[in-house]
Amino acid sequence: MSIEVKIPDEMELVYEYPDALTEVSSHYCPGCTHGIVHRLVAEVIDELGIREKTIGVAPVGCAVLAYKYIKTDFVEAAHGRALAMATGIKRVNPDKIVFTYQGDGDLAAIGTAETVHAANRGELLTTVFINNAIYGMTGGQMAPTTLPGMITTSSPTGRDVITAGYPIKMSEILAQTTGAVYITRESATNLGAIRKTKKAIKRAFMAQIAGLGYACVEVVSTCCTNWNMDPWEAMKWAEENMTEYFPLGTFKMTDEVKALQVR
Amino acid sequence: MAKELLKGNVAFAEAAVRYGLEAYFGYPITPQSEALEHLSGRMVELGRVFLQAESEVAAVNMVYGAASAGVRVMTSTSGPGFALMAEGLSYIAGSEVPAVFVNMMRGGPGLGNIQPSQADYFFMTKTAGHGDFHPLVLAPASIQELIDMMGLAFELAEKYRTLVYIAGDGSLGQMMESAELPPMQPLREKRPDWAVIGCEGRDPNIITSLYLGAKNLEAVNIRLQKKLAEIKQNETRWKEYETEDAEILLVAYGTVGRICTSVVRESRKQGLKIGLLRPQTLWPFPDTRIRELAAQVKAILVSEMSAGQMLEDVERTAQGQCPVKFYGRLGGVVPLTDEILSETRKLVREVA
Ligand SMILES: Cc1ncc(C[n+]2csc(CCOP(=O)(O)OP(=O)(O)O)c2C)c(N)n1
Repeated sequence: MSIEVKIPDEMELVYEYPDALTEVSSHYCPGCTHGIVHRLVAEVIDELGIREKTIGVAPVGCAVLAYKYIKTDFVEAAHGRALAMATGIKRVNPDKIVFTYQGDGDLAAIGTAETVHAANRGELLTTVFINNAIYGMTGGQMAPTTLPGMITTSSPTGRDVITAGYPIKMSEILAQTTGAVYITRESATNLGAIRKTKKAIKRAFMAQIAGLGYACVEVVSTCCTNWNMDPWEAMKWAEENMTEYFPLGTFKMTDEVKALQVR
Repeated sequence: MAKELLKGNVAFAEAAVRYGLEAYFGYPITPQSEALEHLSGRMVELGRVFLQAESEVAAVNMVYGAASAGVRVMTSTSGPGFALMAEGLSYIAGSEVPAVFVNMMRGGPGLGNIQPSQADYFFMTKTAGHGDFHPLVLAPASIQELIDMMGLAFELAEKYRTLVYIAGDGSLGQMMESAELPPMQPLREKRPDWAVIGCEGRDPNIITSLYLGAKNLEAVNIRLQKKLAEIKQNETRWKEYETEDAEILLVAYGTVGRICTSVVRESRKQGLKIGLLRPQTLWPFPDTRIRELAAQVKAILVSEMSAGQMLEDVERTAQGQCPVKFYGRLGGVVPLTDEILSETRKLVREVA
């Protein structure tokens, strides 16, 4: 379904669909932050003029259909294997831009090994990592990033850290790998943070284009459906609770990445 | 090209290079590691892609990525590693990208041992991966055939956009014999038009195995089944030895198939009318021909380095037209010519 919008002559166009975003309505729940981050990725792709040389890797998770929205060549990886698949693609297409878009279950549970090793090899890849503290697609089970005490469909009395362990801090872990050049945790919970997130995603793509190494932008996100909150409440909850355990900020940025002029 | 003395694992790796292999991803495992070692030098020397992955799970997904980008790509492994690849194999089948896998089978279950085995027959032909699909499985019986089948594997994988496995075993990987490698072939210049290489001047290409909606997926399944039927029609391969007047038919593949050629030779010397059918493709299986021969012979003897896996396919295709017997060795033991010969003689007496 494409959306027809007629702009009256006296009005100036100040906001529109990015070229790299397909004009369809998405399957995401109202209030979901996946949609926001998809748009940011599309804007960055447009601004860098790389749509026709970019290959996306969709995860298994709510973003499994990312290829329906982001208008580049795309593959759909097995659960957790996005960075292995992306490695295969990039190694045989060294002149192309390859990015993965992954959830926390995908990147930080089933795919932890592939993630850490791709980062450590310094693969010239960019990852957008949506941390919503839950398994969205499968109906709200506990994720590796679920906060202590947080109720999910598989931790009905709240995550018990004695039996389930503590939420995993992937950005902190990835920052330890030698091959990573840019590791940052941003958020999609307010306008200022969204603007910063876009800049970070752009820097992460530019790091790849400049051939510097692996870059990952973690985005603290919400899942209002499975958190049982309305969208606004979920944003507030994330700001108050998620960022305490998952502090925002840049965990690794090499001098070369810092020197990139990100506008 | 002249014949050289070659080790199986090095032979197939070098053959792959010469048949235009563009990328290899793998993880060490005996009895196939020499292939990965050989390629670690050769591929880099030629400016092609070689990567030692962190696991077979990663390796198969790297293969999947490179295959999606339309290059000639492969990996090689043995049972435990192949088992780890199963999910990726299914995704590759569902996405219809071409890729080649060599499995040098070793003893199992579990860690088993590193001796030659054929106990991955079920796994390779029927069960490696969820969902309805079959790979094309080639079964070489000598190093020369292994070399030749590398070229065939790439050709068939690309022709049908499918998975092709080479079912070898530890002895084929480890032994040395003289064989001839192909001349170096040029790499393909153009990627296929379905490949993900950036969407310059066209709509985006999507490689996925996801089809939401039962009817959508059913349509895809039906298309895949049609393709498999076409493969079955066109690509079933086998070799026959002395079957014209045979009264007892041996059926064996790979290393055991080769041993059985000696059994046929010896038994013919002794005046016994023994023939051999050696499947060169395990899937598709030479059903029709075995069915015909089952009507002609008095009995069939299947021999494998397993507890009887291909046996089930022979029984299925023979359709009760004659008795089907089995002789197998397990745990990495390779049956000797004399053992199979004496089983054959026993069977001759039984059906006389
Ligand atoms: C091998 C395998 N195991 C389990 C699943 C089921 N599964 C699909 S999505 C998912 C979790 C996704 O959660 P996350 O990565 O956090 O992404 P989100 O849906 O929250 O965006 C699981 C467990 C699967 N598809 N494959």
